[in-house]
Formats: sequence, C-alpha cells, structure tokens
Amino acid sequence: MDLFEYQGKQYFARYDIPVSPGGPADTVDEAVKEAASAGYPVVVKAQVQVGGRGKAGGIKLADNEAEVREHAGNILGMDIKGHVVRRLWVEAASDIDEEYYVSFTLDRSEKKHLMMLSREGGVEIEVVAETNPEAIVKLHIDPVDGLSEAIARQACLDAQLPERAIEGATDILVKLYRCYDEGDCDLAEINPLILKPTGEVHALDAKVTLDDNAEFRHPEWDAFRGLTEMDEREKMAAEKNLQYIGLDGTVGIIANGAGLAMSTLDVVNQVGGSAANFLDIGGGANADVMAGALEVINFDENVKSIFINIFGGITRGEEVAKGIVEAMGRVDLKAPIVIRLDGTNAEEGRQILLDAGIPQDKLRSEPTMLDAARVAVELAN
Amino acid sequence: MAIFVDENTKVIVQGLTGGQGKYHGLRNRDYGTQVVAGVTPGKGGQDIDGIPIFNTVAEAVEATGATASFATVPPKFAPGAIMEAAEAGIGFIVCITEGIPAQDEAKVFNRLKRDFPGTRLLGPNCPGIISPGKCNIGITAGEIAQLPTADGPNVGIVSRSGTLTYQALYELKQRGIGVSTCVGIGGDPVPGTNFIDCLSEFQSDPETHAIMMLGEIGGSAEEEAAEYIAANVTKPMSAYIAGVTAPAGKKMGHAGAIVSGNKGTAQGKMDALAAAGVKVGLNPTEAGELMAEIVAAL
Repeated sequence: MDLFEYQGKQYFARYDIPVSPGGPADTVDEAVKEAASAGYPVVVKAQVQVGGRGKAGGIKLADNEAEVREHAGNILGMDIKGHVVRRLWVEAASDIDEEYYVSFTLDRSEKKHLMMLSREGGVEIEVVAETNPEAIVKLHIDPVDGLSEAIARQACLDAQLPERAIEGATDILVKLYRCYDEGDCDLAEINPLILKPTGEVHALDAKVTLDDNAEFRHPEWDAFRGLTEMDEREKMAAEKNLQYIGLDGTVGIIANGAGLAMSTLDVVNQVGGSAANFLDIGGGANADVMAGALEVINFDENVKSIFINIFGGITRGEEVAKGIVEAMGRVDLKAPIVIRLDGTNAEEGRQILLDAGIPQDKLRSEPTMLDAARVAVELAN
Repeated sequence: MAIFVDENTKVIVQGLTGGQGKYHGLRNRDYGTQVVAGVTPGKGGQDIDGIPIFNTVAEAVEATGATASFATVPPKFAPGAIMEAAEAGIGFIVCITEGIPAQDEAKVFNRLKRDFPGTRLLGPNCPGIISPGKCNIGITAGEIAQLPTADGPNVGIVSRSGTLTYQALYELKQRGIGVSTCVGIGGDPVPGTNFIDCLSEFQSDPETHAIMMLGEIGGSAEEEAAEYIAANVTKPMSAYIAGVTAPAGKKMGHAGAIVSGNKGTAQGKMDALAAAGVKVGLNPTEAGELMAEIVAAL
C-alpha cells in the first residue's frame, strides 16, 4: 500500500521523526483552519501519489488566509498527471538551509536492506545517480543486525553532511530505519530531508510503501485505507478478496495462479489484443470464487470478451468446469466467454462445459492458450 | 539422480494436523514420498493416518532421522517454524506459505546464512519440489510430471511461478519428455533458493540433460542467472518470462513481481537470457516447443 505524503508523515511521527506541524484538508475552509493552527506562513500541498506536484502547481506557499483560500481553491480538484486532487496537506512553512535525501529499501540481489543517503536532496535521486553518483552513499544493512547509531553517524560523515547536521541526521536515520523495519515498509524515503538555519534536521516530505503482507500486525494501518487510489473495479475486487489489477483493454482475464495470469495478459497482447485486467483466482477455482470474479469483470464496461485460462493441477478439470457452469447461472454476463481448460482431467471438464448446453455465442472452449487468446481477441475487436 | 530430494529423503510436515498440511502431506505420501512424521506443538503423541505427530522438530528428527521438512503453517508462524527446523538439523526446508512479511523473510534468510549455512530453504510462497517417481514435497500434482528415463534425455525445471511450473511439466509430459527434478523457487522478494542455486545443481546432475527456466517480472534474479549461465552452464536451456505487458509499479499477484521504473522488466530479462544462449519462448507453450527441439537434438 502506497501512502500519501500526509499519511507518511503521520506514520513517521509514530516513530518520533520530526515533521512540520500541519493537518489534512478536504475543503478550502478546512485548509484555512489547519493553516491557522499550524501558523503562517504555510505550504498548501496537493495529496496525490505521483511525482512532479510542484511543477504542476500543486504546492504553494501562503502568507495569509486570503492566499490559503486562493491556493486551496485552485489545487482541490486539480488534475495532476491523471490524478485528481481530493485532499490537501497544510503545514507550517520551513526555512531551509540545505536539502538532503535518505531512503531505505530492500536490495533483492543482496538480500539485505539498502540505505541511500545524499547531500543532494530535493531532486529525484535517479537524476543524482546519473549526474553525480559519488554524491550518494549506499550502505547495505544486515536485517539481523539492524542499523546502529555509530554506523548511521559514519554514513552521515561519508555523505559529507556539514558538522552541524550530523547529530540531527544520525538521529533521523536511526529512527527512519526503525520505522522501515518495525513499521514493515517496502520503502521509506525522505526527500528532502532539510537542515534549518536553527540547526534542526527534519522531514519535509514522506514517501512510504507499506508491505501488505504485514497488515496482520499493524491495526493502525486501518486509518490509511479508504483514500487509497483504487478504481471502482479494484475496490469491488478487494471486497471479494480477489487479486485484481485494473487495466485499459477490452479482454477480461481470469486465470489461476499469478504467473499464469501474467502469461495470459502477454498472450492476449501477442495476438493483437489488450487485457482489461489482471485477475488471479488462486489454486482452487470453485463456483463462489468464479462467480465473484465474473461479477467484477462484468462490472467493467470496457470488457467485450472474457478469457478464462485455467490449468488444473490438484484442482481437477471437472471441478473447475462445474464451478464455471454454476457461476454463469448466477451472473448475467454482458460479454462472451472463451475458456481454455487444461491439465488434470481437462477432457472431463470440457465435456461438462459442453453438456451444460450453454450456447456457443456465450461460452466457447478452445484447446490451447494461444487459440483461446485469438478467439477472445477476435470477439473483443 | 535428481537434485535436492530423492527416494532417500525423509520428510516431516510442520503443520500436518492443519487442513492444508494434512491434504498435501498425505498426497505427498501417496505419491511415494517418505513422509515420516508431523510436527504440531501440543499434539505430540497423536497420529494423522498413521503418521506420528511430535511436539517439536527436534523430537521428530531424533525419532525418525528426518532430513527434510515441509512447512505449511500460517505467515505469522512460518519464520519460527523455519528456524526451528534449521536448529533441529534439517538440511532442506520447503515452505509453501504465502504472505510472509518481507522484513521477516529477509531476517530468516540472513539468519540461516549466518548460523545454519548447511540448511537450504526453498520458498516461501512456492509450490515445492518434485523429483518424479522419487519424492514430491509441496503442492504439485504428481500425476502431471513425466518420469525420467535411465538414459535420458531428461529435463530439469526451475520456476518462480506455481501454475507456470505445472504448465511446464504438462508441456513436457505431452511430448513424453522426462523430468529429473522440478523446483518451484517461489514468487517472493527474498527466496531462500534462487535460480543460480538450482542451475548449478542441474549442471552437475548427470541425470539432467537440459534445463527449462520460468521467470517473471521484478527484481534481477533472471539477469543474474543469465550471467551465471553464460559462464557456467553448458547444458542447453529454454526459458519463458511472464509479465511482458505488466504495468510498472503494480504487484502482479506475487509479492516479488513488480516492475520498478525501468528495472525488472520482462523484456530486459528475455534479452539477458537470449544473450546467454538460452532459447526464449514468448509463451509457456513456445518454451515447451523449444525444449522439445533441444531434446530431439540431444
């Protein structure tokens, strides 16, 4: 789960990482209220999960109430690269002497955590990596050992942060690692991490991705749900506990297993079509799961045909076929289904589909993945 | 021969008294695997269909001489179960559990590496391993795996995805091509066993004559494997990478299947493997056809 900036800052605050005082606002009046309690001047910031907010006019400084009203009014409803701004974050403006960058993420090749620290913050780290790679200190952290204060301090020295920033930055590094580790983040990034004229170091932005697998030990994450950027189809699928990702094409996809589902998207693309979604119904394909999957696909107005791609392993072909027939009885489908059923007892399964007496223009069976993809794409075009 | 597991492997099932554990554990035994014990804390002394249950892995190992474990316990308990097996001296642990937090996985991997270098973990979030006719640990349907022949040629399979593993087994079975061992390494970000571990074993296994590899988007394991193949693998290979059309920034079902920026794309992986001399198919069937051609030429 990707957090919005304000949620990331709320999460940081749980781990005592200093952030600017502020609050979220969904209306102009709320923005004015938050500005008053944060204290002028304030910064009004669009809450969208996409980079380049500043350039798009989604971040504005305001010295008084009139300016807050003006900026909040302009930014709410603004479309930033396809993301509509529904919420603002209003916080006290900070005086900035210097801007740094720090992040923690997993280095999958090394099987260790990777800290990146740079004295060049406030710009995209990818840009720094290209133009001035020696300005980035990279440090691998053994997850068993964690990050000690001594090592964090050395990293700050290696990054050539000024002496007056070392203590503050070291403290934030240790706290941010704790947030990343105990807080089960896939990514915890501060860009920029700022040094104020007063010598304080604090987080001016927050980019946090939480590991959904760890939700069972984080009841506090419930507060972050709801505003997550999901389209209507994804919301519906999430309610049904389906592994679904909405896409822009016209062929609805249902497959068992993540790999096979990805592969199905690829094959549809290969024969000139485009998938409307990714949907993995997992190992077992019973009628309930299948009906739920068909409902979500049916809800998508772009879907012109449905490609069900099932490989029977332990779940045998006839069980899958029975599930599909029953599910079709429960859902009034707008688009025709093309099914490829293979694997254990596939023959028996196909026979059940034939015997069900469903008209050919509603359900067709094809022998291979490629054949089924071709037919599904023809029907969709 | 085969890699990692064979007819001599003695397996305990951690979680044999649970629904999944019982179902798959008994299926594994029916296939011919030596399933010698189950472990469930507090249920020692009971049995599941004649298989004795012990309270701890250590007790089970002492009583049965088990060498491998099949861990099928919920995400919350899986890291503890894996470490318990390692501490009891188990050399090969298969963990099929899906949904273990990445932070826990990273800790388990590094603890094993440091304190139990002799223990190999397969998974988590994997279908398991099958050496057809000898040993099946996990959730693979044994009947879709073609038995290897004494003279070969036989194919070794290594895969990040469950259903694609089955698909590969099936493609080979339909063509009558024997399989030495089929390893599902799983779709999580920190797999205990990676492509290179398996490629190295297949390369030195006399019963394996060709290798089929199934990868997917995310991370750089396939690129690293390609480098290894170019330098070390002389056996012919075919491969398939899932996720050519996956959008960036989305986890495609598996926790590890995510394209970050321009990193981890299917195209990059396919190019790297092709450059290392691997025949790359655009779909699983094509990878099967390519393997059939390879085997026919052996």
